[in-house]
Amino acid sequence: MKHDRILLAHGSGGLMSQRLIDEIFKKAFNNDIMEPMLDGAILDLPAGKLAMSTDSFVITPLFFPGGDIGKLSICGTVNDLLACGAQPLYLSTAFIIEEGLPISDLRSIVASMAETARQVGVKLVTGDTKVVEKGSADGVFINTTGIGIIPAGIDYLPQRINSGDKVIVTGNIGDHGLAILAQREGLSFSTPVLSDCAPLYQLKDMIDKYQDAIRCMRDPTRGGLATVLNEIAVQAGVGIRVKEADIPVSVAVQGACDMLGMDPLYMANEGKMVIFVAAEAAEDFLNDLHKMSQTENAALIGRVSPEPAGMVLVETELGAERILGVLEGEHIPRIC
Amino acid sequence: MNNGKKYQQDLLEGILSADENISLMEVCGTHTMAIAKSGLRQILPPHIKLLSGPGCPVCVTSQGDIDAIIELVQNEDIILVTFGDMMRVPGTRSSLQEERSQGSDVRVAYSPLDALRIARENPQKEVIFLGIGFETTTPAVGLTVQQAREEGVKNFSVFSVHKMVPPALELIFSDPEIQVDGLICPGHVSAVIGVEPYEILAQKYNRPCVITGFETLDILEGIYMLIKQKQKRQARAEIQYRRVVKPEGNPVAREVIARFFEAVPARWRGLGVIPDSGLKLRDEYADLDARKKFNITEMEEVPIKGCACGEVLMGKIMPAECPLFGRGCTPLQPVGPCMVSHEGSCAAYYRFTPAKGRS
Repeated sequence: MKHDRILLAHGSGGLMSQRLIDEIFKKAFNNDIMEPMLDGAILDLPAGKLAMSTDSFVITPLFFPGGDIGKLSICGTVNDLLACGAQPLYLSTAFIIEEGLPISDLRSIVASMAETARQVGVKLVTGDTKVVEKGSADGVFINTTGIGIIPAGIDYLPQRINSGDKVIVTGNIGDHGLAILAQREGLSFSTPVLSDCAPLYQLKDMIDKYQDAIRCMRDPTRGGLATVLNEIAVQAGVGIRVKEADIPVSVAVQGACDMLGMDPLYMANEGKMVIFVAAEAAEDFLNDLHKMSQTENAALIGRVSPEPAGMVLVETELGAERILGVLEGEHIPRIC
Repeated sequence: MNNGKKYQQDLLEGILSADENISLMEVCGTHTMAIAKSGLRQILPPHIKLLSGPGCPVCVTSQGDIDAIIELVQNEDIILVTFGDMMRVPGTRSSLQEERSQGSDVRVAYSPLDALRIARENPQKEVIFLGIGFETTTPAVGLTVQQAREEGVKNFSVFSVHKMVPPALELIFSDPEIQVDGLICPGHVSAVIGVEPYEILAQKYNRPCVITGFETLDILEGIYMLIKQKQKRQARAEIQYRRVVKPEGNPVAREVIARFFEAVPARWRGLGVIPDSGLKLRDEYADLDARKKFNITEMEEVPIKGCACGEVLMGKIMPAECPLFGRGCTPLQPVGPCMVSHEGSCAAYYRFTPAKGRS
């Protein structure tokens, strides 16, 4: 390809668009379903309930410690499908590219999408590319939509959560949010913080093994752990009590948050899952999580109680209880 | 039980065994937040009271200053750069967030140097940095002014609402209506100003002051030290937060403040005008002073109806005693700044305290 930056002509639908698709997207995503290049992907699906999820990625910077927008765009949708109890199968993707994006950047983003999809075993089967004028987007925006099959008997609705169920988080929280903030604002810490961005495909086995004992799952992305717990407390009509000291946070993230006046409980995660598990299965479940590389820092952080319905309470290190509320507006560092 | 846990338990027992009535004020918003998060208030007996003080810079900014800033951003040639906490603070008629949605150019930054960069990138616009904060944030603003001067950036200025903590503390100690037996003094501010201002206050008003860190253990130790002093009828300034605060503070930072700023009377929300408590840019930097550049005159102070932020900031009432608390005023739809700022005492109480423990 002669040009080293994306031009508006790359989105014209003409020869340049064709080349961009052939040389970058098709080459990377290469699979039998995309190959015929029809107007849509034709899929042969096994019987059962289908889960479908969509997410758009507009992150700045495009490349960050621990990942990039490409990897993120796969992880986000794959993790959402897993949270529904589905085995992710197929993804579509749509790119909105800002004129002037270096083609080398696009190439690495697409390569990292392909690599992440390969890890998970999902196929990118259809896509779209648009190019917009400089200033109308920020580098590149990516949408992915995915479908997965939910095995028979699995039904992870919040309403299945009962009093007494345990709350498990699959690893240290806040890494992604802090890594992005640090990169964006040019903050550097003696221990660099990497985004936890990861597709949690190892959980597929846990769904197979534990099935019904898993009550409900949710990935704590934007808004963090606190937001997800609140959503579930409301949807399930239960109280959730977590113990502050049991919530896993790395020393680097905790230290940086203390300094900035931020709370890791509200920082985004891109490779974590909050899982509600039946009390009797919780110990085995946690032990199994500890055996897998993606979830070796998993921790049991709390339990479900009938009261106060719709609320999350934190037991502090002093043994007092406080409300863990939802975030109002933006989560911002303090002034002094 | 590890050492830290054991020590925490010992401190808590020491505090709980104090039988004398005592009211302590945490001056700093970060302390307010940390105390609310720890749930400490709920486990203290009623005779040990923790009041929240005027140490949240957003909360004490006067209504008039906020109105003046809002008026400024309606000028389409102006880009206002500020810390995020200011965005939602309601002025008399609007907030910066609302102005932004109507086309004003208001940007959130983490450092005053970002504002200078924005000025360089937008030479056709006037870029104003809203300088807010106490002795901790002021030095960085001073150094930004220096850099603007050295680079000859002409389209940059600072709207200073910077304030100093000790004059407000003096006001609180000297007000007979406010019953405060000792101060939990701010950790970060004291890292700059050192222990001396508190020594003067402690001696003059015969009340102890302890510079305290922000971990739960720090706060417990600070409270314990204050209680011990009261029991021994002492009134000294002590440093609990020794790993950060040196007795002499940070003379370099103080020199920077003094080089660029001079003390002026300033209006504090709820506290009124306090002599020598505000910081304005010195006359030699008048060209970088937004108040002068844009000819800002003192705006009239229009009180918000029903809002008791003033009394809350003075420790005269607890947040839940304000008639608007949790009814007309919540973090999502704040009426007063104490509910807006994430270090405001009303927001801290509202967010963290279960309903039964709020009163």
